[in-house]
Amino acid sequence: MNPYIPNTDNDVRTMLETIGVKSIDALFVDIKPEHAPKSFDLPSGKSEFEVMERLRLMASRNAGTLVPFIGGGYYDHYVPAACGALISRGEFYTAYTPYQPECAQGTLQALFEYQSGICALTGMDVSNASLYDGGTALYEAMMMGIRITGRKKVVMDGGVSPIYRKLIRSYTHNLHFEFVETPVVHGQSDRKAMTAFLDKDTAVVMLQNPNFFGTIDDFSDIVAKAHELGIIVAASVYPVSLGLLKTPAEMGIDIVTGEGQSLGLPLNFGGPYLGFMATRRKFIRQMPGRIVGETVDAQGRRCFVNTLQAREQHIRREKATSNICTNVALCAMQASVFMSLMGRRGFRELAQLNLDKAEFARQELAKIPGVEVKRSSPTFNEFTVRLPKNAADVVEAMIPRGFAAGFPLGRYYPGMENYLLVAVTEKRTKDEIVAFAKALAEVLR
Amino acid sequence: MEIVEHYLYTKEHEWISIEDGVGVIGISEYAQSTLGDITFVELPNVDVEVEQFEQLTALESVKAASDIFSPMSGRVVEINDKVSEDPGLINRSCYDKGWIAKIEISNMDEASNLMTASEYESYLESLDRGGDTESEE
Amino acid sequence: MKLIFEKSVSGRQGFKLPESDVAVQTKIADKYLRQADATLPEVSELDVVRHFTQLSQMNFSVDANLYPLGSCTMKYNPKYTEKVAAMPGFCDLHPLLPQLKGGERYVQGALEVLYDSERWLSEITGMKAFTMQPLAGAHGELTGIMLMAAYHKAKGNKKKYIIIPDSAHGTNPASAAVAGYQIISVASDKKGGMDIEKLKAVLTDEVAGLMMTCPDTHGVFNSQVSEIAKLIHSVDGIMYYDGANLNATMGRCRPGDIGFDVVHVNLHKTFGTPHGGGGPGSGPVGVGEKLERFLPISRIVKRNDGMLVLDYNYPDSIGYIASFYGNFGIILRAYAYMILLGSDGLKATSDHAVLNANYVAARLKKYYQLAFDRICMHECLFSALKQTERGVHAIDIAKYLIDQRIHPPTVYFPLTVKEAIMIEPTETESKETMDVFIEAMVEADALSRSNPELFHDLPKTMPISRPDETRAAREMNVNFFALKA
Repeated sequence: MNPYIPNTDNDVRTMLETIGVKSIDALFVDIKPEHAPKSFDLPSGKSEFEVMERLRLMASRNAGTLVPFIGGGYYDHYVPAACGALISRGEFYTAYTPYQPECAQGTLQALFEYQSGICALTGMDVSNASLYDGGTALYEAMMMGIRITGRKKVVMDGGVSPIYRKLIRSYTHNLHFEFVETPVVHGQSDRKAMTAFLDKDTAVVMLQNPNFFGTIDDFSDIVAKAHELGIIVAASVYPVSLGLLKTPAEMGIDIVTGEGQSLGLPLNFGGPYLGFMATRRKFIRQMPGRIVGETVDAQGRRCFVNTLQAREQHIRREKATSNICTNVALCAMQASVFMSLMGRRGFRELAQLNLDKAEFARQELAKIPGVEVKRSSPTFNEFTVRLPKNAADVVEAMIPRGFAAGFPLGRYYPGMENYLLVAVTEKRTKDEIVAFAKALAEVLR
Repeated sequence: MEIVEHYLYTKEHEWISIEDGVGVIGISEYAQSTLGDITFVELPNVDVEVEQFEQLTALESVKAASDIFSPMSGRVVEINDKVSEDPGLINRSCYDKGWIAKIEISNMDEASNLMTASEYESYLESLDRGGDTESEE
Repeated sequence: MKLIFEKSVSGRQGFKLPESDVAVQTKIADKYLRQADATLPEVSELDVVRHFTQLSQMNFSVDANLYPLGSCTMKYNPKYTEKVAAMPGFCDLHPLLPQLKGGERYVQGALEVLYDSERWLSEITGMKAFTMQPLAGAHGELTGIMLMAAYHKAKGNKKKYIIIPDSAHGTNPASAAVAGYQIISVASDKKGGMDIEKLKAVLTDEVAGLMMTCPDTHGVFNSQVSEIAKLIHSVDGIMYYDGANLNATMGRCRPGDIGFDVVHVNLHKTFGTPHGGGGPGSGPVGVGEKLERFLPISRIVKRNDGMLVLDYNYPDSIGYIASFYGNFGIILRAYAYMILLGSDGLKATSDHAVLNANYVAARLKKYYQLAFDRICMHECLFSALKQTERGVHAIDIAKYLIDQRIHPPTVYFPLTVKEAIMIEPTETESKETMDVFIEAMVEADALSRSNPELFHDLPKTMPISRPDETRAAREMNVNFFALKA
């Protein structure tokens, strides 16, 4: 019995008669005997109750109890109950892409508001209705820069997430681009090395703020230099930090992307997340992904539609700006609920709280003998510490003490084996931070 | 379907009007009505060299994108900025105010590869009318 | 309805943050700070809840309406899968945990979901191995083409082209182009299948592979598929299976058994995960023996002690294609769906999906022209050409259905059929519901004779009537603040 198939034996008989065949098998005439499965060896079905029990058991084998001080671009922020409640409405989550605007104004208006919220945060003119995640969004930004300039050289700052950089490298493996990666010195983009590589063949410079080490930067100087040479500047940003930090628009950046997980989405073991992208109005046609636009209906009432669709794969096929079709509309709506709940002031307070807690943690860790927290530029809610031991081993020793202590940088940066990346969100209490520092001191003793 | 007598036409529904070695290029009434309301005109760059029947530029309507091919080879000498500001001009006046580009023709002999107005008229009769394009996945 | 920004009242806030319990007040240097607050709306929590609830009520959805959108498989999304996805232990798990030394011990349940899902999908499709990483169908396509390219590179093959039937989804040529290939489009024959003679005519040693949706978007299962596979393999090409229509053939036919080397499946179509107003989706990719060593990293392997771990040690791998392990929350729902249905349930799913589509086709073919008059698979394809002669186009019929509280079928796709109406009822709709739809379609046909003018103002019962899409595309107003400025 399959609870999702309503056809009774009687229905099946009537329907087969209408069709004019004797059996369901007869409907599969085009699948010849030689096409039959060689095997279909799967367990038989279970009841909902049994499935729930099994999955509850599997969930319990995961680390529900570790106190997270790990970030790396993905943060343990609080998700307000209203976020989940609203996007769990069947009218949102069981709808599809709003191809028929008259019966999809809910999704369309919500996505228009999302786009406007992203523009408010970043200061940019236009936003799309979402891409898969922060990594793929940065890749799309790079491709966009290449399309706009018609050039093929990419200069990538070493402070961009190593996960994103690896992803971009595999995507462009078969394409003939020249790649330059520039180093990070004292936690910041190496201006000298970077500007040395900028020339009239450079399509796009790729940056991140705060960078993977948690350092805050002002890229205005790099942007000015790049623009002199007609180079596009793309940057990945952490949206919560924009409650306080200089906006990409204020720095003059051309294409802004980021991971929107911190805007009210759970960590979900890696997805679904939210890739956002915003740019200048003059580049809107080069921006990939769906875009919702305002218009009026036949009676002159304001309404919303998917617009500029002629850029997209379903019309332009191999000449489209990107192959993207499905995006993450529901995650975008969830982010929009989050931004609305926080509001103008709440969003700034949230950023300040993250900053203060991280600063407190930094001060606590600084008290531990052998731990170095020196920095030459400010950090936001994540920072790098130098340990007297191998950071991967330290993290392993911290797990039984109940902490996911951070991300060891040696995994992606050879030579930085003793460095640990520590993230502190608004959810970490003073007690947790003090206990964390105490446990770390014990492990290092 | 309006067809201008002294223009030459392509199978892709572009027209060219030749005078003193310069060709004015646009799209036909058939093309503009098939595309529907044009929303965007991507103009070619001045001084670009184009080959006959190679892509010159592209147009977009709400639900279609259409490449525009050059009826003859030559160098782009002038573009019509008015159609990029007001793409609907092509819908309203495709044979006149809605021209797209002017080229300095490099090989007059290529004109023999194009259709005259009456040839184009019978070509249109042989075509079925096409619909909009919209798709979903 | 007002935008949330237009409901903003200075001083309101919809969420209470915790008081800071640390005696630190950090001030960052001005040069790093934004000049003014982001202009997010200032509204109460109830304002937000009411706003989004009212917005949701302006939508059609599977939960509330028949949604026979062809090629999209808008089946019912079982509620328990939402509960599974929200279980603590799954939804709050940080993706970097298994990459910490000793961290894998704390994610065994999650890794098991992924590992098991790979096994299930491998058995369903007849492939050797799967990666769950691709984040959507088109992302799966790109991954598949990258695997294809890696294979040819490893063999020293010089390949330039990918063959794609004209009936394919637009994502196929777009994905192949993004991966650096040129496209050869092949027309369909009169019965709707791929034209083998035309395929032979374009087949050369430079062909990297063929992308095929099977059954295709004409609703046709190409019975010559094995022959096509032989042709492609004869030039060392790769057979790519676009799993958009897998809902038609589970338990009846496996792509791996009929010559396909690489497949992607859309969990948001076949495996009951919600479409979310356009996403998130999930597009896992499976491969046969030939391509396995190229799969993206990380891969999940079982150690001798039974522990599941991430393995990055595959020197031939195409590398990272996603930041982590895929859209885990979606995979989890699909996993819960698969294990509930089991072997029989999955086969019954396809059987009834095909039965329902044929029932709709049989009843409507007197009124609408079938694009291909034959038994179809899980979707049936009509053309509104007869109605168009009376001045009523496919889009008009779509708008008529909206007034009947039915989401329209896919219209104007595939591009190969004029005035296309593509109907996919799915297995989860009852005969009664389909009868209501059929009667509405029959009525639309009758009205196209008696009163064709009536259609042009439809729909009349929705919050809005037909929008001016030309104006939207010309004005490009996509940001509330740009409008205000």
